[in-house]
Amino acid sequence: MKPSLRRIPLSREISFAVIAYLYLPVIVLAAYSFNANRTATVWTEFSFNWYLRILHNPSIQAAALNSLIVATAATVASTIIGLLAAVGTQKRFKGRSTLEGLINSPLILPEIVVAVATLILFVSVGIGVGLLSITIAHIAFCIPFAYLPIKARLAEMDKHYNEAALDLYANRFDAFRLITLPLLWPGILSGATLAFVISLDDFITSFFLSGPGATTLPVYIFSSIKAGITPEVNAISTVMVLVSIVLVALSFAINRIGKPIRR
Amino acid sequence: MGTALTVDVRGVSKSFGHGRNAVQVLNDVSVKIAEREFFTLLGPSGCGKTTLLRLIAGFEDVDRGDIFIAGQRVNDQPPFRRNVNTVFQSYALFPHLTVQQNAAFGLRMKDLPREEIKRRANEALEMVRMSALANRRPSELSGGQQQRVALARALAPRPQVLLLDEPLSALDLKLRKEMQIELKQLQNQAGITFIFVTHDQEEALGLSDRIGVMNDGVIMQVGKPIDIYERPTHRFVANFIGDINLLEAKVSNGKALLKSGHLVECDVSAHSPSSSVSLAIRPERARIVKETDTEANFAGIVDHFAYMGTALVYQIRLLEGTKFLLRETTANGAGQFAQVGSRVGIKVAPEAIRVLRD
Amino acid sequence: MLEQHSSSQATRNLLLVAPAIVVLVLLVVIPLGIMAYVSLLARGEGSGVNWSSNISGAAYLSFFVEEDFDGSLVPNYSYLLSFLRSIAQAIFTTAICILLGVPMAMWMAGLDTKWRSLMVLVVTIPFWTSLLIRNYAWLIILRQDGWAQEFVNAILPAEWKVSLLYNDFAVAVGLAYSFLPFMILPVFSTLEKFDWRLLEAAYDLGANKWRAIRNVVLPISMPGIVAGSLLVFIPSLGSFITPALLGGGKTLMIGNLIYLQFTSSRNWPFGAALSIILLGLMFVCIAVLALRQKRNAAVSGRKRAK
Repeated sequence: MKPSLRRIPLSREISFAVIAYLYLPVIVLAAYSFNANRTATVWTEFSFNWYLRILHNPSIQAAALNSLIVATAATVASTIIGLLAAVGTQKRFKGRSTLEGLINSPLILPEIVVAVATLILFVSVGIGVGLLSITIAHIAFCIPFAYLPIKARLAEMDKHYNEAALDLYANRFDAFRLITLPLLWPGILSGATLAFVISLDDFITSFFLSGPGATTLPVYIFSSIKAGITPEVNAISTVMVLVSIVLVALSFAINRIGKPIRR
Repeated sequence: MGTALTVDVRGVSKSFGHGRNAVQVLNDVSVKIAEREFFTLLGPSGCGKTTLLRLIAGFEDVDRGDIFIAGQRVNDQPPFRRNVNTVFQSYALFPHLTVQQNAAFGLRMKDLPREEIKRRANEALEMVRMSALANRRPSELSGGQQQRVALARALAPRPQVLLLDEPLSALDLKLRKEMQIELKQLQNQAGITFIFVTHDQEEALGLSDRIGVMNDGVIMQVGKPIDIYERPTHRFVANFIGDINLLEAKVSNGKALLKSGHLVECDVSAHSPSSSVSLAIRPERARIVKETDTEANFAGIVDHFAYMGTALVYQIRLLEGTKFLLRETTANGAGQFAQVGSRVGIKVAPEAIRVLRD
Repeated sequence: MLEQHSSSQATRNLLLVAPAIVVLVLLVVIPLGIMAYVSLLARGEGSGVNWSSNISGAAYLSFFVEEDFDGSLVPNYSYLLSFLRSIAQAIFTTAICILLGVPMAMWMAGLDTKWRSLMVLVVTIPFWTSLLIRNYAWLIILRQDGWAQEFVNAILPAEWKVSLLYNDFAVAVGLAYSFLPFMILPVFSTLEKFDWRLLEAAYDLGANKWRAIRNVVLPISMPGIVAGSLLVFIPSLGSFITPALLGGGKTLMIGNLIYLQFTSSRNWPFGAALSIILLGLMFVCIAVLALRQKRNAAVSGRKRAK
């Protein structure tokens, strides 16, 4: 078929516009982070100045450290929980779709609603706000992000691998440890990376649950923006976007490992 | 062939799904398989042959009935407690392990000494001539090579029974023929029971000591290949294996009366007088004669004719309208061809006619 | 025997899923339950809620009315207006996403496999980057004395003098930007397996381009458009970051109202009530869609049966 017939009028032009729409703002942001001028409206010259300033800003460092602690803890917990859940929901059983709905509910529910509900819970049971609260809340919405890639990986894995292991005298635990788990690693790593990115970038939940001394990087950025745009915020924002993109690209790359198992 | 039983399946039923969606896959199946026997479960897809194999392996639980392996009831034993190994249709070679590690897996799980694991895994690989590629990954092997590794992996622990689930179906025709011979040799060498599942009747006839023909969750007939082919007990078996002509007839005076009015001599002793029967006749057991020949049992018109090299194949329309397939060997020279449109007589020896209940 | 065996497997599965169930019940189901309860309480003096107050629908009532100086209740439409504004804003956002996302998805579906997967990546990546930062980038672009505003004002007549930031326009730009991938990807996936020979057949039967698209491509992409609309509409309705950054004081959306009740207003019962209403609105949308799909499935099933 002639390619021209496949083309839908204007669709290409609109698509290019959409790509620009999706990426230009972030590029502009990145560009401003290299502008030496503080007012940030006038371009003066290229400078790494604002990046150097981040390195010497204790509040940014503290917020970044908090973000890393929260994201690491939430990732480890949600990945383990998500892995177990993916293995447990592998076979059809009554009520499975309800369980999956529960596991994936954080993806559909408006985050602000869950965030304030969690705030009410933590305050009413006396846990209060702070880093621990943020971490616990992050575990909940990171679970589906860890669960889904692992589940997808399990679904496309030849179910006969497990049977073959059992057939060859491996008990269920050994079959999982020696066969399923090694074949599942790319899915697990991919899910963990996504959970990490989601936790690292989360703003709304962290915002409601952050207390004095428990500020994560996005919360810091938000309050800085509210206080007035500074090139430092541009720089730290650019770093965060870059980290997200690199991690997500890594996650996708990991997930492709060992894909063409079937011939 | 030994006489002791290795696998004894007694009245096994199995269905999948619940309530209205339940599908009965096996219905009161019983079969006894002897030691060192090459036993084939043959049937069309969906007949329950793979399910029966999976029940023996322990991947599924029986609903009703019992399964004994070497005299021991194994209903409640998980697969890893059954001294039975499986060669999967997809091979299911562990992709993250080398050929050697795959072959050693079952031995490793049995907690054998390291030296013994190594020795026996290597022996198994040697048996299938895969030692040279022991350090490769399954993804680096051809289909036929993967097949051999799957065999070695399943044989290495020396199970009492080897279960093979359509293991040759993924191979091309030429390789399949080679592997068939090799499988047979392997079985003799290993000296264990093989239970082989296939839908390929030629494969079943060529390999098996005995065949169990399955349809709709039931074993229709169990017998040696020659029994299955020459003396089918059901229309289904007759039809499923090889080409066959089935002619409607009625028992009449110790003979079979065709619709066309021809009386055919055959053994109807098992059937009550004037009951409806089918006459099963293999195409190669019928001969073309002149219509006027007194030896002719019935007659028809040649509709179609094809020269196939080793045989001449005729499609003949019988007088009552039924199509009849007839194959004449060219081993004694092609001889004379009956012309399309000509009337011919067909001669079948009484012992070549199998009378089946309708 | 079977019962015993399969029930042990069921137990095993349940044990594996148990941690996930516990976490999500503790952190989603129970909090939402408590919140529903709080929405029926009265606000507290020092804290956001008075736990020992009587159960009443006062918080829901204050959505429509307020107490006058003399204690009588008078209608107050400001909250209702905010809700309607949110709904309108979400519908508008969905419309933009359809206009931009559907052609993009169609274009992607027509590409070679290699370019296709690259484009899927291009569309997916923004989803994984911080929503806050992506909206902040628009703040930089649209801000007063920024080059975008200067440019717009330069081409418009002098007496029009527009501001690009802190209004509904800015919020719409930000929302569409935030959720556009949710429209493109579902539509793309319905078109991914599209047989382009169908389009050829339509041309062959004398359809011109527009009619071929309207009668062939569009109906096929409809399930994707419906799913995408829901995926854009729901988060737009409950959005907080975009209106908080790009919207002005007069362009409050539901999310901002909820936020205010838990911060400066310290009125948890009302904030909880607003959240419950938002959830209700959302479930209505999902239910309507689910019913529609069920009916469609039933209709096509009947057609097939004939």
